[in-house]
Amino acid sequence: MSAIQVVPIEWYLLLCTVLFTIGVLGVLFRRNAIIIFMSIEIMLNAVNLLLVAFSSYLSDSKGQVFVFFIMAVAAAEVAVGLAILMMVYRNTKSSDIDMLNKLKW
Amino acid sequence: MIKLVWLVPLLPLIGFVIIGLFGKKLSKGIVGTIGSGTVMAAFAVALGIFFELKGGTQKEFTIELFNWISAGKLSIPFSFLIDPLSSLFLLIITGIGFLIHLYSTGYMSHDEGFSRFFAYLNLFIFFMLLLVLGSNYLIMFVGWEGVGLCSYLLIGFWFKNTAFNNAAKKAFIMNRIGDLGFLLGIILIFVTFGSIGYHDVFEQAKNMATGNPTLTAIALLLFVGAMGKSAQLPLYTWLPDAMAGPTPVSALIHAATMVTAGIYMIARSNVLYTLSPDAMNVVAVVGVCTALFAATIGLAQNDIKKVLAYSTVSQLGYMFLALGVGAYTGAVFHVMTHAFFKALLFLGAGSVIHAMGGEQDIRKMGGLKKYISTTHITFLLGTLAIAGCFPFSGFFSKDEILAQAYEHNKLLWFLGILGAAMTTFYMFRLYFLTFHGKFRGTHEQEHHLHESPKSMTIPLIVLAILSVVGGLVGIPAALGGTHFLEAFLSPVFEFSSFRIVQAASHETEYMLMGIATLIMILAIYFAYTVFVKNNRVPAAEGDETSAIHKLVYNKYWVDEIYENLITKPLNMISEAFYKLIDNQVVDGIVNGVGSTVKWLSSTIRLVQTGNTGFYIFVMVISIVLILFSQLF
Amino acid sequence: MITTYLFYFLSFLTIMFALMVVFSKNPVHSVLYLVMAFFTIAGHYVLLNAQFLAAVHVIVYAGAIMVLFLFVIMLLNLNKETEPHKSPWLKFSAVIAAGLLLVVLVGSLKGATNIMATNNFDANIGLIENLGKTLFQDFLLPFEISSILLLAAMVGAVLLGKKSIK
Repeated sequence: MSAIQVVPIEWYLLLCTVLFTIGVLGVLFRRNAIIIFMSIEIMLNAVNLLLVAFSSYLSDSKGQVFVFFIMAVAAAEVAVGLAILMMVYRNTKSSDIDMLNKLKW
Repeated sequence: MIKLVWLVPLLPLIGFVIIGLFGKKLSKGIVGTIGSGTVMAAFAVALGIFFELKGGTQKEFTIELFNWISAGKLSIPFSFLIDPLSSLFLLIITGIGFLIHLYSTGYMSHDEGFSRFFAYLNLFIFFMLLLVLGSNYLIMFVGWEGVGLCSYLLIGFWFKNTAFNNAAKKAFIMNRIGDLGFLLGIILIFVTFGSIGYHDVFEQAKNMATGNPTLTAIALLLFVGAMGKSAQLPLYTWLPDAMAGPTPVSALIHAATMVTAGIYMIARSNVLYTLSPDAMNVVAVVGVCTALFAATIGLAQNDIKKVLAYSTVSQLGYMFLALGVGAYTGAVFHVMTHAFFKALLFLGAGSVIHAMGGEQDIRKMGGLKKYISTTHITFLLGTLAIAGCFPFSGFFSKDEILAQAYEHNKLLWFLGILGAAMTTFYMFRLYFLTFHGKFRGTHEQEHHLHESPKSMTIPLIVLAILSVVGGLVGIPAALGGTHFLEAFLSPVFEFSSFRIVQAASHETEYMLMGIATLIMILAIYFAYTVFVKNNRVPAAEGDETSAIHKLVYNKYWVDEIYENLITKPLNMISEAFYKLIDNQVVDGIVNGVGSTVKWLSSTIRLVQTGNTGFYIFVMVISIVLILFSQLF
Repeated sequence: MITTYLFYFLSFLTIMFALMVVFSKNPVHSVLYLVMAFFTIAGHYVLLNAQFLAAVHVIVYAGAIMVLFLFVIMLLNLNKETEPHKSPWLKFSAVIAAGLLLVVLVGSLKGATNIMATNNFDANIGLIENLGKTLFQDFLLPFEISSILLLAAMVGAVLLGKKSIK
């Protein structure tokens, strides 16, 4: 008995929306760059989950293949992002993104 | 041969390109050969076209070369129209053009701008041919502007002289006024008929009522263009000043060809004019006024070329008189004969100037017939031709115009004959002062006197022969002729001919010829008494003269009136606009926009705090707004 | 019936752990909560018949990425509550903004037409055999290109992580 026969897809939509919003909230709410990174991961996963849900509901494996690619991109992003974070921390002795305010006029 | 018509304008263009690009590297002989050769080749083709047209039954050919402009409703092919009128003009342009090129090889041989001169001259021939060959008004306009440009370049040929440059600018700007009228006329034609091809326009116009106001407006606007190009009142003042250019230029452009473009245009548009009698009256009145006005000025000029220039203006006035009274054939006939004798006179004057070493003042000449006999004889023939002496060419064309004017309106005829009398007088004044009496120049000049080289005298002789016999193509029926020219041109003026007043009875014509000849003889006799018997010489600069003489000598102060009435106020307005509108308003707006943007950007850039959190916040809010707007 | 309850339970856990990630003061705790959240998402994958993806998800996210996070936190010595506080006003505005986004997103979902499970439901698409076929037939080129992406990321990370880049 799989979920798609008993759970309507609207529930998945709602769940993913909520997850995504939590990710956005994390980005806005916290100043620690690591936590912001994690929030971004939450957002990515919300999208992944939705893709898988649609893939199953439509019986189309392409959606799941797409999730693979997103995972690959996420892994690359995390690797590079964390490396940048290391560099930033080495220079500023802080992981506070408000320190990164050189990008102005 | 007609299929080869594209060769006619192309040959001078090739000449222009070769001379213009490589002229400096080529020797003068080669430049002269290319320049004259291309025009002669064009003349040969034109001759072939003429005879084919004369022999054939079809009198109108349209040779479409390529599609030139095609935009929306407007479709203008680049095509040539060959009919008796254009083929006749082709002959005049290339034939006289060739003779003048030949003459120039001698006349300009010592000039450092020799190759430049021939390049311009060839370019001029090209544009002039385009003007008469085009099968629609736009090609005519292109040629029209092109000849204006060449005229400008050649008047200011000796560009180191400021006065010459000013004369060139004057010619260019005055022509511009006329060109504006012409352009407006073309636009009005397009708006009215939806086409600017001659054929379409005339076919449609033939169905319109006589005196249609739109047609009258078109005819008047086109006439404004003709006024500028053909130096009619009130736009004539550029032509006398245009004598600043080399003499062959005066002969070719400002006597024989370019200034007759206005006549060609009106003759081409004869359908439009025939349908608007008011416009024709305007043309006739302007023409006769110009003829008289310029003739009176010519009476008192002392510069040999200025006299001829005013004479040209006056003769152009006759041609417009002819057009105005509906004598289209007469006008074209006069264009042809005038091209012969006026080119001859100018070239003769050039030969005199050449002999005198650059001197142009007839008060310093005199008795030249001993020294330069060829020039003297040809000049005399030209003078007799312009005076209208039987059986020289001028007699026939002038007689035709005056006869038509007599039938149309006696007053026009009277004014015309008055102008003719003055023409005879000042031309013989010029002739007597130059060639008779005692030499009045310096010893040095007397020593320098010599006949011009063969390259200059041969064109003189050819033109003299043409001036003498050129009238034979148009012997009126009254004298037992058939008037070949009228028969030849009749297809072009077919529509208008019903309106043309049939030449008067032979008795009237004999009477008019008699009066004209009598008046001519009187004028010659008068000139002879004054300038040969009494040896009178025009007053030197600064001498006390009568008020009328002063008025005429100073050309009625028209230049000064224009200067004060138009140029100076224009300059003042421009100055005011420059200082007020341009400096204050326009610059204020431009600078104001700049400084406002600068101030705004220096203020708004503070929004860019560099705070990443803030950016994200704004981003999220924006996404919310965008999605929100999508909801509804 | 049990599947429905399982779904509700997993969803509740996912949202709770996600919120804990955002709100816990200690970054190390955040990471651990995130691992938990990933496990619950893997559970969702199983519920959706995507067994292989669930396994991959656990390996890649919980196994690799989260370990990377932990390493970094340890390296930077961020396990203390060192984070400077945002002003309450900013926190409030952040909550408001996120709330607005949620409202708008849910509002836009309201208009969506109902998608039902297709009749020709195939429970096997999540299996490794089907996925492999799709991946290596239809998506071969993107697959190869993604390897270049990972290589580039690796090189970039090494280059950035070096002690001194001059």
